[in-house]
Amino acid sequence: MAMKYNWDWSIILCRSPEEEPTAAVEPGTLAPDATSAVGGGAGQFFDTGASCAQPYFDWIVSGVSWTIIVACAAWVITFSLGSIIGIARTVDQPVVRAVATAYVEFFRNIPLLLQMFLWFFVVPELLPEDAGRWVKRELPLPEYWTAIVCLGMYHASRTAEQVRAGIESIPRGQTQAGLAMGLTQFQVYRHVLLPVSYRIIIPPLTSDFMGIFKNSSVALTIGVMELTAQSRQIAEYTFNIFEIFTVATLIYMVVTLIVVTVMRFVEAKVRIPGTIAMGAD
Amino acid sequence: MIEIENVSKWYGDFRVLAECSTSVAKGDVVVVCGPSGSGKSTLLKCVNGLEPFQEGTITVDGVSVGDKGTNLPKLRSRIGMVFQNFELFPHMTALQNICLSQMKVLGRGPDEAEERSMKLLERVGITEHAHKHPAQLSGGQQQRVAIARALAMDPIAMMFDEPTSALDPEMISEVLDVMVDLAKEGMTMIVVTHEMGFARKVAHRVVFMDEGRIVEEAQTEAFFTTARHERTQMFLSKILEH
Amino acid sequence: MFANFDYQVILDNVGILWDGMLITFLLTGVALVGGIIFGTVLALMRLSRFKVLSFAAGRYVDAFRSTPLILVIFWFYFAMPIIGLQAIGGLGSVLIAFTLFEAAYYCEIIRAGIQSVTRAQIHAGQALGLTYFQTMQYVILPQAFRNMVPVLLTQAIVLFQDTSLVYVVGLKDFLTAADLVAVRDNRVVELYAAAAVVYFVLCFASSLWVRRLRRQYAI
Repeated sequence: MAMKYNWDWSIILCRSPEEEPTAAVEPGTLAPDATSAVGGGAGQFFDTGASCAQPYFDWIVSGVSWTIIVACAAWVITFSLGSIIGIARTVDQPVVRAVATAYVEFFRNIPLLLQMFLWFFVVPELLPEDAGRWVKRELPLPEYWTAIVCLGMYHASRTAEQVRAGIESIPRGQTQAGLAMGLTQFQVYRHVLLPVSYRIIIPPLTSDFMGIFKNSSVALTIGVMELTAQSRQIAEYTFNIFEIFTVATLIYMVVTLIVVTVMRFVEAKVRIPGTIAMGAD
Repeated sequence: MIEIENVSKWYGDFRVLAECSTSVAKGDVVVVCGPSGSGKSTLLKCVNGLEPFQEGTITVDGVSVGDKGTNLPKLRSRIGMVFQNFELFPHMTALQNICLSQMKVLGRGPDEAEERSMKLLERVGITEHAHKHPAQLSGGQQQRVAIARALAMDPIAMMFDEPTSALDPEMISEVLDVMVDLAKEGMTMIVVTHEMGFARKVAHRVVFMDEGRIVEEAQTEAFFTTARHERTQMFLSKILEH
Repeated sequence: MFANFDYQVILDNVGILWDGMLITFLLTGVALVGGIIFGTVLALMRLSRFKVLSFAAGRYVDAFRSTPLILVIFWFYFAMPIIGLQAIGGLGSVLIAFTLFEAAYYCEIIRAGIQSVTRAQIHAGQALGLTYFQTMQYVILPQAFRNMVPVLLTQAIVLFQDTSLVYVVGLKDFLTAADLVAVRDNRVVELYAAAAVVYFVLCFASSLWVRRLRRQYAI
């Protein structure tokens, strides 16, 4: 344990000098080189010496924003596609069921990281020439779009299984009762099966969302600068790995806590009065 | 009105219905009884196409159930069905349960549907629970809501699939009372039940099934006094023992 | 596109890929065994009557389950040398990271398995005159085991796929090996496709086996 480790929590609060209006008053602090960047933002208050070489605080904020943007955008794909595939796995038509099953098995049995590479490096090659060139040359922020599509489609296979399980947990008598009163199959799903099954699967859907949120970190492998990528970058710049990784971990935990709390509230809000237990058995 | 001719049905190799034939005329009240697993419920569900069958024909008011081209939702909407486990939709209030198919199938407006629903709830005696969810109601109350829900479609016939067998004993009569009233009003009814008191009181005919076959079919009085088949007599002696 | 698909590059590098697969198996095996052992300890702590133990285990599980695996890998990979444990090396750090991470997930599976057996079963066992430990041994644990084996194995398949994330610290597992060859020989399509096929076949076959097991074990 002979290592010297310089604890310096203040690096977390480093702002860039040019974004700091008060810093502009001091001519000396305008110099862009690392040693004179002391004047940068919070560094002043903590008197931290030369550690504020870069606006680490802004990097973290940007990382958190990208994590949230990528996760939320991917979730939109996951939820809509996952619902369609999940429902398709429960219908009577065997062909529809087979296609949905194939989707689930394909996306569930290949590691997410490899899927990320496939989307980023291989898929553009397989596209028709024009589309491929557009994706490679003209699409702005290609790694972010790739990450969103990849995460969304990967997690759709998991959400589909939750939706299917939710629908299958409803006693068959409910479907029969719906059909017996003259509802079509579509109407039975719309008014009977889905309203009940989505309520049942709120907890697993929440953990699916948390899965997307955490797995958005895999996108750093194709260059998406989300929270984990930013914290590794800060760790490499400052060597203050404990501080920055602690902050990143806490951010992930806090967001998880917030989402779980909100979803518990939602669950209580939409809970069916009486009990959630089904049927009369 | 309902004609069942030589209907057979298999689950894989297992024959659950064997050449069943019977018919129900307008205004008839027919009770179907028999040991569990004898195919009573399955036969009932074949009538409105909830269960497919492989052989024979069933026609309801001139429409063949087994035909590919038949509009099953439309046919089903004309026959009310009441289930053993009520099968009210748990996420809707009693009132919403009754309104749903009126609005989605018959195309009634919300006000009309609600007015009609409240009348039916009054008829089955539970207006005060209109805005409760099924889980907040007793079994007897749930089943009466289910009957109101089926009646809301103005059906030409009603089918009951063991409507009282999931109920606690003290709740059975409140459901049977509603059914007796219906029968007296002239509703065409097929009732799968073990309530022989109910059968004696309102049924015109009794059908006895065993192992997928219709073993015996007779006028009610004749059925209870001079049942011909040994199996019918055994069943009756067991069920009337207590 | 597939007209110039070069199978030869895959055949030429089977050795490198196999070495990578051995690392993948090693990671999966160690994290599976270590994770289940530590996960069982955590589960017993969580179910313990002692508040301190259940609280500590609960926070441990919460922390690991809300953190991305990649961040956990970074934690151990970068922190080990700084606290003076360079000797452990990259592979050692990652093995520890995976074991501690998986333990949090296995803890929840094992806990749910034990809790899936109703209290009435404990009472029934004790009513027959069995001791608490006899009840556990003959009544509760066999049922809990049946309930959780398929879930444990499904989690193992997830783990097998997750080991590919050691790519972020450059450890040469199967996927990283494929990636190295892909970049070196400029044969990205071939090697990623081959890797995808290998992962799919292994994971799909295992999941079919788990599904069969689930049916057999179903009570």
